[in-house]
Amino acid sequence: MILAIDSSIGTSVALVADGAVLAEAESMDSRGHAEWIGLLIRSCLTEVAVEPEAVTEVAVGMGPGPFTGLRVGIAAANAFAFSQGIPLLRASSHDAIALDTYSNGVSGPLLVTTEARRRERYWSSYQGLSAIGAPIRVGGPGLAKPGEIPLPEEGAEILRTLEADRVSAAWLGLLAERLQSGRGELLGPEPLYLRSPDVTLSAGPKRVTR
Amino acid sequence: MNRKDPLVLGIETSCDETGIGIVRGDRLLANVIASSMEEHARYGGVVPEIAARAHLEALTPSLSQALSEAKIELSEIDAVAVTSGPGLAGALMVGIGAAKALAVALAKPVYAVNHLVGHIGADVLSGDPIEFPTVALLVSGGHTSLLLVRDLVSDVELLGETIDDAAGEAFDKIARILGLPYPGGPQIDLAASGSDPNKIRFPRGLSLPKDLEKHRYDFSFSGLKTAVARHVETAETPDVGAIAAGFREAVVDVLLTKALAACRDLEVPRLLLGGGVVANARLRGEAELRCAKEKVELRIPPLSLCTDNGAMIAALAAQLIMAGFEPSNLSFGADSTLPVTEIQPDRAD
Ligand SMILES: [Zn+2]
Repeated sequence: MILAIDSSIGTSVALVADGAVLAEAESMDSRGHAEWIGLLIRSCLTEVAVEPEAVTEVAVGMGPGPFTGLRVGIAAANAFAFSQGIPLLRASSHDAIALDTYSNGVSGPLLVTTEARRRERYWSSYQGLSAIGAPIRVGGPGLAKPGEIPLPEEGAEILRTLEADRVSAAWLGLLAERLQSGRGELLGPEPLYLRSPDVTLSAGPKRVTR
Repeated sequence: MNRKDPLVLGIETSCDETGIGIVRGDRLLANVIASSMEEHARYGGVVPEIAARAHLEALTPSLSQALSEAKIELSEIDAVAVTSGPGLAGALMVGIGAAKALAVALAKPVYAVNHLVGHIGADVLSGDPIEFPTVALLVSGGHTSLLLVRDLVSDVELLGETIDDAAGEAFDKIARILGLPYPGGPQIDLAASGSDPNKIRFPRGLSLPKDLEKHRYDFSFSGLKTAVARHVETAETPDVGAIAAGFREAVVDVLLTKALAACRDLEVPRLLLGGGVVANARLRGEAELRCAKEKVELRIPPLSLCTDNGAMIAALAAQLIMAGFEPSNLSFGADSTLPVTEIQPDRAD
């Protein structure tokens, strides 16, 4: 049974096993990740009436997403996996959105974008589903102004654009399950920040005398 | 839950140190600190986003190290404790996310605690803790607070605090003005050694009679910073040693004068020091001299417990547990400006 966590937009938590969603809980509050994370994990476990020990893997969305919220889910996933000594399966939050979309009747080229603040969008583009049922990412994840997102070379004329405003941990969990059993590619420990920390080096101390 | 001698894991991520501490009652079992200080050096101060990223990276390795140092299994702990404020919001949230997941995964209670009160809580691990009430002076790169602690778990009052820079921040800024590297504290100490602290007299902030009326226990270091900068700019050949010594003297003097005034005014003959600036040898030395003169009992926890750390957070939570307080609700968040009166925010009723 996989515990899946994504806090790249709101806070979403789910329990999935063998391709089925057992429980799902979510808060859309884009500033309340720290407040919600514990309650949502607990509520999923309670809903399925299992002990935390029943969780065999933790899946986590690595973004892209606004950093402060994103990190809450990743920190929680790290800690949960550590506490039980179980594997952490890291995946792209956009890939979860794409899987969700393809599983709901959409096919062909797809562009997923999410809010990145400062008038920019995080984006990833896809070509469909692979043999193991995971989205085939052909571009991104990237960061761009809305009109400046590079379109995929193939199928640009039939491209569908999805401006997503939520990520479902259930689909993230299902994705992680497929990636794990089909030996698909999981991500490394570095979150998909796509922006360097905001620092400008000053030239030195300001003069106080003229 | 074992309320007599609780085994508590504490998580501290309010600034640039990732601290994981483990205590059993009032005994220290582990105190692991991972600092991102070097990553901030080229910016001359803590960059919040860099600190938050570093916390996420350091968290599980530090946890693992603390457990092996304490020679315990995670499943043995009675409670998880975490700093929920004050501090950098994004940094605090990393610790909170991890603490809550641990608590749920282990089916253990979680205690959200106040970072400043945690600094005082560190002293209970010394084996011979201070009596209450006590005056406490907490000085670091993030805070400069003078507190009256009537009871560690239930009654802490803010007497005064800095109205601009924190004392540690002032050391960093002056070091920059003098062309010395970050962090400024040890560098200023080094530059000042052997120089006469009274050769150049810099102003003591908020110490004039008219300021004392309104800001008896408050601190200000921005005027001092400007005075040093002006001196450096106008002197023909600035005497770095004398400037460093004079600056350090001004900071130490104002900190101790106000702290001891509080001891006298409130008739509390005890002073507890905490925070990273306590590493400053001149501050410790002067504190010992002046406290002895005024017959004030001085307490300084070991340095590893003065800088930000998880053990002090665990220690405070253990005191709360032993005093019978309930855990926090699982819904607490980060509060970057949490007042010191809120020792355990969001306690369940
Ligand atoms: Zn501190």
